[in-house]
Amino acid sequence: MDFTLKIWRQENAQAKGHFETYKLTGISPDCSFLEMLDILNETLINDNIAHPVVFDNDCREGICGMCGLYINGRPHGPDDGVTTCQLHMRRFKDGDTITIEPWRAKAFPIIKDLVVDRSAFDKIIQEGGYISATTGGVPDANAIPIPKQDADEAMDAASCIGCGACVAACKNASAMLFVSAKVSQFALLPQGKPEAKRRVVKMIKKMDELGFGGCTNTYACEAECPKSIKKTNIARMNREFICSKCTSNEQ
Amino acid sequence: MATLNSKIPEGPLAEKWTKYKASQKLVNPANKRKLDVIIVGTGLAGASAAASLGALGFNVKVFCIQDSPRRAHSIAAQGGINAAKKYPNDGDSIGRLFYDTIKGGDYRAREANVHRLAEVSNNIIDQCVAQGVPFAREYSGYLANRSFGGAQVSRTFYAKGQTGQQLLLGAYSALSQQVKAGTVKLYTRKEMENLVVIDGKARGIITRDVRTGEIERWFGHCVVLATGGYGNVYYLSTNAMNSNGSAAWQCYKKGAFFANPCYVQIHPTCIPVHGDYQSKLTLMSESLRNDGRIWVPKKKEDAEAIRAGKKTANDIAEEDRDYYLERRYPAFGNLVPRDIASRAAKERCDAGYGVGTGKAVFLDFKEAINRLGKDKVAERYGNLFQMYQKITDDNPYETPMMIYPAVHYTMGGIWVDYELQTTIPGLFAAGEANFSDHGANRLGASALMQGLADGYFVLPYTIQNYLSAEIYNDRIPTTTPEFDSAEKEVKERIQKILDVKGKKTVDTLQKELGHIMWDYVGMGRTKEGLEQAIPMIQALKKEFWSNVRVDEGNECMNPELEKALRLADHIELAELIARDALQREESCGGHFREEHQTEEGEAKRDDQNFMFVGAWQYKGENETPEMHKEDLNYEFIKVQQRNYK
Repeated sequence: MDFTLKIWRQENAQAKGHFETYKLTGISPDCSFLEMLDILNETLINDNIAHPVVFDNDCREGICGMCGLYINGRPHGPDDGVTTCQLHMRRFKDGDTITIEPWRAKAFPIIKDLVVDRSAFDKIIQEGGYISATTGGVPDANAIPIPKQDADEAMDAASCIGCGACVAACKNASAMLFVSAKVSQFALLPQGKPEAKRRVVKMIKKMDELGFGGCTNTYACEAECPKSIKKTNIARMNREFICSKCTSNEQ
Repeated sequence: MATLNSKIPEGPLAEKWTKYKASQKLVNPANKRKLDVIIVGTGLAGASAAASLGALGFNVKVFCIQDSPRRAHSIAAQGGINAAKKYPNDGDSIGRLFYDTIKGGDYRAREANVHRLAEVSNNIIDQCVAQGVPFAREYSGYLANRSFGGAQVSRTFYAKGQTGQQLLLGAYSALSQQVKAGTVKLYTRKEMENLVVIDGKARGIITRDVRTGEIERWFGHCVVLATGGYGNVYYLSTNAMNSNGSAAWQCYKKGAFFANPCYVQIHPTCIPVHGDYQSKLTLMSESLRNDGRIWVPKKKEDAEAIRAGKKTANDIAEEDRDYYLERRYPAFGNLVPRDIASRAAKERCDAGYGVGTGKAVFLDFKEAINRLGKDKVAERYGNLFQMYQKITDDNPYETPMMIYPAVHYTMGGIWVDYELQTTIPGLFAAGEANFSDHGANRLGASALMQGLADGYFVLPYTIQNYLSAEIYNDRIPTTTPEFDSAEKEVKERIQKILDVKGKKTVDTLQKELGHIMWDYVGMGRTKEGLEQAIPMIQALKKEFWSNVRVDEGNECMNPELEKALRLADHIELAELIARDALQREESCGGHFREEHQTEEGEAKRDDQNFMFVGAWQYKGENETPEMHKEDLNYEFIKVQQRNYK
């Protein structure tokens, strides 16, 4: 298969970025998207065309959340329920032009080419995305039965890989789906209850501080999430937030 | 000659750890704040150690190469985590988990370490549940279990096919809590390039910031290496692209012994190789072997027809299928340990019965779908089926999966004593980076157990024992000559790579190394092949240093340089793997020497001559390393031929 690639190139955070066009021929349809970029980079080096295109990637099986490219206007490309590394070239047509950009969000500044800084997500988790159970001194794992349905729902929310596609998809660059997934996971479990009221307030406050936008209920985040995290998590977080504001004794 | 002291406490096996904890030295809270602990790596072992040591009050600095600690490759573990909870009332116990792990490791692991692992396994499950890890549950609300290879009980806890993810996120959240509390300082996108040793003790590290190329110095009263395994020496493996053995190799070159490098696990259920451009192999969880049945055609002509595309799996009648694992190992069937399942697949494919490209066997769910229904199968393995379909474009609900073995995990690693301390005082190694618990073969669902055991429940005790003597030592400024020279070494190495200005890309050379390793130091090894491999690896090293091409320089984000730095170390590590495989004139676990097999093709151990840990000492550039032996004494377990029939 042959492709024309329009790729965002940017030297560093301060530099001005631009699109470069590269032609690539003879790609197998069984090749993954990132393997296609590997081949491009080998070509760029060997033919002295340009420095290789820098992009984040690691596990290449859709779980680490490291990769994330904006492909033809969609986070992680045209396939539903997959990350960029799970996308295969057979999803494109021979001769296609493919546009590749980094995530675009104020809270995710570009480091180089297609690589962005997502440390804002870590900062939100540090505000309260945990249950304060220090090592040791906890009860037997079966001491508190948890209804299967709650455990399953918590698991679905916990499947978030923190890739940032939700932010990239949102016209407001809101992180509501990411934050609500973590809030929901703990809100659904009895172990998460003692800190639930503090957690939701602190995490939302941090999210706002870091420059993520507000939610205007268009749900592009849900449509583009590679792990199919549901928008109902956002509703649950809003409910938790209001309850916390109304009933918390903490100031 | 250095001697290896494993420091195993006296007394009966089941009391060793309890006695150790009761008599170890402690550090009072005011002194803990004055002690710096460096932890390299944020996988299960690193993140759990950082969280636990931070919570104790030590001043922790933790480093990772990705943009967030949550991305470490532990995240990709699928199937589950073992523990001796005996919730299903099926005859499990700490003793049984201990026994299965020793036997699974083909009697090449240290008894005391493995027993401790089995003892703390239950605490891990308690801890994870308290952190909000959403393990699978029954309708009763209690935790669910499943079986894994090498066990006849159901002791594996799981969270869908994403157990590693959930456990790592649990450790990551505990770590995040400590970052907020200020006890842990988090440094991302920094790769360890050197170890700083002062007066014989590990005192710090040198890192390279992968965004800017900045070389930085860090002091610690002790250093914990939790950097995972070295499977990427083989190029194609189930490891993540950035997983590497470089930090461990730098420690080896500074005096830490490297133990049993030849023990490399080849996992039986991976998606087969399909092209030259392929960058990695994807694992299909071992849990699939609970319900999937592995087979190849009984008749060669059927296998040939399938390979030629003239027949499909569904055209082969039931009586013409060879369920070779069930045939050869009726007691364990499809759930034999990984090394055995891998070799059996290779045996069938080498004999001409392989499907696909010839290097694949079927993993079939038809019987399970008929027995349980498609919904139940989807509930158990849905995400794995989806992953398979995305990669291969085949629907495993309708046609059997095709699988083939691939490099997955390294049992070998930095030598540690009972306290997880290396031969360099003050340098500890945890998780896959050390060699300690899995012998010559790791059982499924035991890597997660070991990583978290080391981090949550072993290091917090043993590091304190070491640091109790360090309260008299103030922080050392990073301006000492030792820091200067360690930094200089790194800068010179980088410059040397950049100065080569050769013709071959790093990936090209990496693939060449991978081919040598897979062909000569892979699943079946021979004296002849290994003796050929060593000069080939040495030649590749020469070629690397005279013909590698890395452009752009150090002072920017330059993945080519990162890969080159790692490859330089991996080439040297490859040679040590081959050397170790050559000296070990026996077959055990993941190490199969074709000269040493029974008439039925099973691995033939030589307990008389090889019941030891081979710990290698670095002797200088281009010098032959020296191997030291730690004899393994089995006091409590009866050593016998491994039998899964």
